Amino acid sequence: MTEIITAPTALGPPPPDDVLLEVRDLRTYFHVLDGTVPAVDGVSYTLKRGKSLGIVGESGSGKSVSALTMMRLLDIPPAEIRSGEIWFDGKEILSLPMDRMRALRGNDMAMIFQEPLTSLNPVFTIGDQIAEQVERHKKVSRKAAWDRAIESLQLVGIPSPERRVKQYPHEMSGGMRQRVMIAMALSCEPKLLIADEPTTALDVTIQAQILELLKTIQDRTDSALLLITHDLGVVAEMVDDVIVMYAGQVVEQGTVDEVLVNPRAPYTMGLLESIPTVEKRGGRLSAIKGTVPNPFNMPPACRFEPRCPYAWDVCHEKTPELYPAGRSGQLARCHLHTAIGASRLAAAIEDHERKMNVGEGIV
Amino acid sequence: MEDQYRPMESTSTPEVGDDIAPVGPIVVEGSKSLAEMDPLRIARVGEGNTLLQVRGLKKHFPIYGGLLKRQIGETFSLVGESGCGKTTLGRSVLRLIEPTAGTITFAGRDITGISHDELRPLRRKMQIIFQDPFGSLNPRMPVSDIIGEGLFAQGMKDRKARDKKVEDSLELVGLRREYTRRYPHEFSGGQRQRIGIARALALGPDIVVCDEPVSALDVSIQSQVLNLLLDLRRDLNLTYIFISHNLSVVQYFSDRVGVMYLGRIAELGSVAQLYKDPRHPYTVALLSAIPDPNPRRRKKRLVLKGDVPSPAAPPSGCRFHTRCWLREKLGNPERCSTEEPQLRDLGGGHQTACHFAEQISADSVASVVETQSVLETAVADSE
Repeated sequence: MTEIITAPTALGPPPPDDVLLEVRDLRTYFHVLDGTVPAVDGVSYTLKRGKSLGIVGESGSGKSVSALTMMRLLDIPPAEIRSGEIWFDGKEILSLPMDRMRALRGNDMAMIFQEPLTSLNPVFTIGDQIAEQVERHKKVSRKAAWDRAIESLQLVGIPSPERRVKQYPHEMSGGMRQRVMIAMALSCEPKLLIADEPTTALDVTIQAQILELLKTIQDRTDSALLLITHDLGVVAEMVDDVIVMYAGQVVEQGTVDEVLVNPRAPYTMGLLESIPTVEKRGGRLSAIKGTVPNPFNMPPACRFEPRCPYAWDVCHEKTPELYPAGRSGQLARCHLHTAIGASRLAAAIEDHERKMNVGEGIV
Repeated sequence: MEDQYRPMESTSTPEVGDDIAPVGPIVVEGSKSLAEMDPLRIARVGEGNTLLQVRGLKKHFPIYGGLLKRQIGETFSLVGESGCGKTTLGRSVLRLIEPTAGTITFAGRDITGISHDELRPLRRKMQIIFQDPFGSLNPRMPVSDIIGEGLFAQGMKDRKARDKKVEDSLELVGLRREYTRRYPHEFSGGQRQRIGIARALALGPDIVVCDEPVSALDVSIQSQVLNLLLDLRRDLNLTYIFISHNLSVVQYFSDRVGVMYLGRIAELGSVAQLYKDPRHPYTVALLSAIPDPNPRRRKKRLVLKGDVPSPAAPPSGCRFHTRCWLREKLGNPERCSTEEPQLRDLGGGHQTACHFAEQISADSVASVVETQSVLETAVADSE
């Protein structure tokens, strides 16, 4: 991994104590042969201790890159952290030297990846892999680390953990391996658990097991959870707050109860409209027209404007920011929530509600 | 398992043996009545409006007890988890995988034993759309060849006529006619899937097997493709066999559904029957596992224990018994592990392969959900 060389000129003040993670105006760009991709372009969010936050978006929206930036797992170059601050547990971590970052990773912040098979080393037993991490971070004896590994496996509901620690990854099923990944992440009692599409590779009944397990664990430990997913259903069940990303930017944020029930950014509205549900059976799904913009050639102002059913000339000229929308502190990146768009808002919401109930259900 | 091709024993009746369920006929309602359909099509289809019939199909370990009748203009979905045999069944129907036993009748004709030369003219009536829009298009072929190859193989040797047909197919799926000279890499995932659909439709099929056609697509693109498939079904009077692991998509898209578990049909019925009144404990668990994007409908879910056993060594008796919550609730009756349940009719074409289907109720499910412990869902398996 290449050393990240960043010199944030002047850091802002640290966030209040109850905030575990604060990302401020993060911009991660990739320099590739064809040009520069603004993968994460001015993303800010806050996660309080012990709380949960979901990041949703489609492929290429920047949701995973923002997490990898935070873990400092990107190769630089081709990546470049153009600006931003990430405050974790009272420290700014983009400016930390790599050895101190290594002490944090796997210890205070741990990540669960999508594909458990490729994230586990096939030539070591799972006990070795968990104990190695505990030994390193907690400076304990091999024996104590091994005991901790057994304890972690027990925590995630793996039966006969004393036998399981001696097994290799290939001796386990996909669901069991994902449990091992979670056990490994939990072994050092992290303050932050980052789960990047933790159930996408799993079958639906195994996904249910893992989601319920993550919920139970989050209740029992004090870990905060950052859940990255493309699945709005998973977000709805797992987290308190959510941010919706589109083309490298946050387009909406708020509590899941608000954002997924009363979305206020046209992209979020469109996403929810396009999910097949019982209510829409027999009707036509309202699809978002077109495709995500070419990252080398982003639309000039609002990035969703070419696909937006509610866009008007302002959207092509003036770049929208995140504006307060809805009742309880929800934010949406859309001119509908400014004085110039206010007159169009009611019609847009009405149109959305209609599209959510196009069908006749199961009859 | 799949590369072990073997000559078929063609039988006109379903083979009834130890591993094949002797079941009664399953009536699959067509969405159109005979009277509504054009006479030509009826003539081509033969008796009744049954387009496709699958009986006692068997492919080495995955075994499909039962008899599926597929009718015109209907979407029949196969759902289940990986390894349940849904793709194998879908492909066996087209004889892309040679079944080991059983019969496939298409338009009144038994096609299980016929030679490839005899099969070729029928293939234009039976097409497939694949899951992976990247892997299923040859990167070195322009669109005109990708779509035109099938036309050529089916005897359309005139280049001009073929190009015209290719352009028509592109237009049909909402792509521009001038895209014929382009290569797959010049298209987005959604556009590639449209090319795959255009390829399937160019030959004017009656039946299209859609094997996870939207699983690789982002949700905003997924709805575009689903809408397209629905429009095409209506306009071209197509019949779909829709293979998916996504129960929300299936619920939205299909008329009838077969739930598969370890190579067997566990439950079969209309969408209303299955989703409103599931009569197999596996179906109940699958439905409970769907994450609902509406947080106001957040519910406690019924979580199954353990993993899907290996289809190469399925459990004795009912294949689901090792994970069955109902069996546990009923005090582990012996019958579940000794006697394989056969599909039986519960009325109105709703069929289940569970000995104790009558014991399933909202109350029984709720009581299981209340007492389950998520930490006990990983069971010691025999791996």
